[in-house]
Amino acid sequence: MGAAPILEVRGLYKNFGGIQAISDLSFELAEGELLGLIGPNGSGKTTAVNLITGFVKPTKGDVFYRGRRITGVAPYAIVGMGIARTFQMVKPFYRLPAYKNMIIPLYSPRVKKMAGGRYGDRDAVALDLLEEVGFERDAQVAYKTASALPQGYLKRLELAKAISLQPDVIILDELFSGLSLAEVASIVPIIEKLGMEGKTIIMIEHRLKELFRIADRVVVLNYGQKIADGKPEQVMESDAVKKAYLGVDA
Amino acid sequence: MSRLNQRRERIDRGIKARAGDVFALCSWREMLYLLAPRLIPVVGFLGLPLVLDDYWQRVLLSVAVFALLAISWDILSQSGMISLGQSLFFGLGAYCSGILNHYFGWHPLIALPAAALLGGLVSTLFLLPVLRLRGVYFSMVTLIIPLMLVRIVEATKIFGGTEGLSGIAPLPSKWVEMYLIVAVLLGVLFGFRRMLNSDYGLVLKGIKDNDRSVINAGINIYWFKTQALFIASSIGALAGAFMTHVYMFVGMPVFALDYSILPIAAAVVGGPGTLAGATLGAVILVPLSEILRGIGGLRIVFYGIFLAVFIVGLPEGLFHYVERKYHQFERWVEVE
Repeated sequence: MGAAPILEVRGLYKNFGGIQAISDLSFELAEGELLGLIGPNGSGKTTAVNLITGFVKPTKGDVFYRGRRITGVAPYAIVGMGIARTFQMVKPFYRLPAYKNMIIPLYSPRVKKMAGGRYGDRDAVALDLLEEVGFERDAQVAYKTASALPQGYLKRLELAKAISLQPDVIILDELFSGLSLAEVASIVPIIEKLGMEGKTIIMIEHRLKELFRIADRVVVLNYGQKIADGKPEQVMESDAVKKAYLGVDA
Repeated sequence: MSRLNQRRERIDRGIKARAGDVFALCSWREMLYLLAPRLIPVVGFLGLPLVLDDYWQRVLLSVAVFALLAISWDILSQSGMISLGQSLFFGLGAYCSGILNHYFGWHPLIALPAAALLGGLVSTLFLLPVLRLRGVYFSMVTLIIPLMLVRIVEATKIFGGTEGLSGIAPLPSKWVEMYLIVAVLLGVLFGFRRMLNSDYGLVLKGIKDNDRSVINAGINIYWFKTQALFIASSIGALAGAFMTHVYMFVGMPVFALDYSILPIAAAVVGGPGTLAGATLGAVILVPLSEILRGIGGLRIVFYGIFLAVFIVGLPEGLFHYVERKYHQFERWVEVE
């Protein structure tokens, strides 16, 4: 038996009216692991993330973070504990320049706590973080309003906001969707770097080729149920996964 | 005169080219350019009482009170809470100051700040349970509470019931009255404008734009909304408390719908989001209302048409329009 898992999902259920969005979902995540969460559209991936991060309350089941039950805890408090996420649909403040978008997470009590009770110059920290995720400082992209930024930069901004919270677990909800191959190729090293820093990462993705290159393990959902859990190459050999993705018996 | 060797240039070009948002001033002209928008309200509000007659001094006093209520509304709206019940804050502040003076004999200058804080606290407690409501649902509750309070005062006959409390102590003099409210207005206007432009203000505006994104930043939006509510309701309560000592009376009319609707109209006409717009709106609408008093019942019709034309013709509000035009002022410069 290895070390205690950093995150544990145990027997999670979620019903929306008559629809069973998540059914008996359980998995564990070791510290520093990069887990891919995949499945066809509507399979419950985002709902699972919403349940873990507290944005949606489960009908039944529990989520544990570092051994502590976090089911029913307010989402802002879960972020404060060290679980940050990005949204599938980016949610920037469109009227603000990109670097000012960073101010709100940098105002978070968690950032203050991690910095030893001081915030420092948030504008400078924001610009540094944006540079880290690929906002070229010379091109002044960070000063453009979010509404003027292309999708690639908005996704990077979303990633930078999550990183700014200095989380231990980062959940990336379809970070690669809507991006070109070149844009994905430029973001992958940032995620690999986070992995090397010891961050635990959950990636929801449809871009399987890119995901499998960096994921340690993959969990596959279909109709709210876990149908496979293992190393990427093993998972793709699974008959259930082939059926779910291709719609035919293997 | 030939302009062959000249071209037009924006007045603020030099300032912005040198230092972006940080002001680096090289001449008294530039200093005046930046100071004028700040000096106009200060000089105007401090100077007008000296030149106005008694009647218009009272109108100016009303302008200041409605401007405070409009600023209070604007702070709430910037934090994602649309209030239809500014009279709740106004009325509670008015009653608090009246009670402190009538029953406990507190001097008006002590009762005023105490009533602002107490009125703000009670208003916040009233609205705390509905802080999670969004949009029109929150608005409806703010509209209903003052109407309920009027009926409670009427039915239980507390604090003088329908008669109200009279004989409240006035402020020491007419000039203290005038300059106190003007000083409060200028302090609130410039102080809270600075607050809204700070990182703290950014969080409040973030809640309005996209509350899930702010929650996702690990911020307890309900705590921030509570703070904004307390700030806004204290400003409204101070306006109410002040009027209690001006009228030397407090009663059920302090919860009237006028104190809810006119501040919203002022903020919308002036331009929401800047606080200066709310003040400008009050400066236009309150005197207009007084001027139209002469035409009797038709006053409301003219007032309504004016509001509709303004909202349709200039939906961004007057202040935003003027501000934009001010930054577009040009001058002729020699081409080298």
